[in-house]
Amino acid sequence: MKLLLVHQQPAIYLVLAALLLAIGIYGLLRRRTLIGMLISGEIIFAAASLNLMAANRFFAPDPAAGQIFVLFIMGLAAAEVAIALSIIIAVYRNYRSITPEELTELKG
Amino acid sequence: MNAAFPFADWLVLAAFALAVGLTLAGALIAVLTTRIIRGVAGLMVCCLGLAGLYYFLNSPFLALMEILIYVGAVCVTIIFAVMMAEPDEQPAHATHKAHIAWGIVATMIALLIGGALAYVALSGPWPARPETLVSDGSVAAIGVSLLTTYSLAFEAISLVLLVAILGALVLACGGRTAPGLATPTPPPAQR
Repeated sequence: MKLLLVHQQPAIYLVLAALLLAIGIYGLLRRRTLIGMLISGEIIFAAASLNLMAANRFFAPDPAAGQIFVLFIMGLAAAEVAIALSIIIAVYRNYRSITPEELTELKG
Repeated sequence: MNAAFPFADWLVLAAFALAVGLTLAGALIAVLTTRIIRGVAGLMVCCLGLAGLYYFLNSPFLALMEILIYVGAVCVTIIFAVMMAEPDEQPAHATHKAHIAWGIVATMIALLIGGALAYVALSGPWPARPETLVSDGSVAAIGVSLLTTYSLAFEAISLVLLVAILGALVLACGGRTAPGLATPTPPPAQR
């Protein structure tokens, strides 16, 4: 009957968060377009949120604090996506490419 | 074991396994596909699974917010950017051997960090949860905390969002008439 209670143990959530972080870092290193790197960054944000929520559910005395923290992470991630996408659009307009290897000069 | 609903625990376990599987599969799809639009779809699947996990972590409100913000707003915004710039990964310009070597290095780094964190998470002495909780974690408790304890952070993030919107507008409008474009843009009078 241990298997039936696996969703009430912190272990699987913490390991899953570590796996998501590993996947995100792999993507960040491996992707060769700016949008792909942005998606990998979002996965890293998701890993951090899941880790915080697991700690909040199992170890923290105030269940509201972790939820508010994750809400702030979501808001910051939304702001980050808006800024990053507008930078990507501006870069594409100037270079006709969003591969990081081709963006070699800073001078506009 | 509930007599009226036999195997109800197994149904809960199946739902949990579905959430975990969706999260992992979506993240892998988002990272491994060559076409970016499939990566965005993978991110959507990952966020759906994450919403299920939040539900299992006693927070249906965050599950709803995850679907609303990530699937509804962030992924759609990324899709707009994909439509404006054609970001599909080109076949590797570098030599094939360097490409594979870099892939192995990236896998090693990711596995090292992920494995170390998983080891720390599993072996570390975690504190036990106190018996008496400060609040019940409901939406009402979140609202009260947001407007009392965390009111400064609440105001700060609203300011951050405002600045982000303005900055995105300025950045996206800025380079419209940049000289030296590869393809000529239509004159501004036609817009």
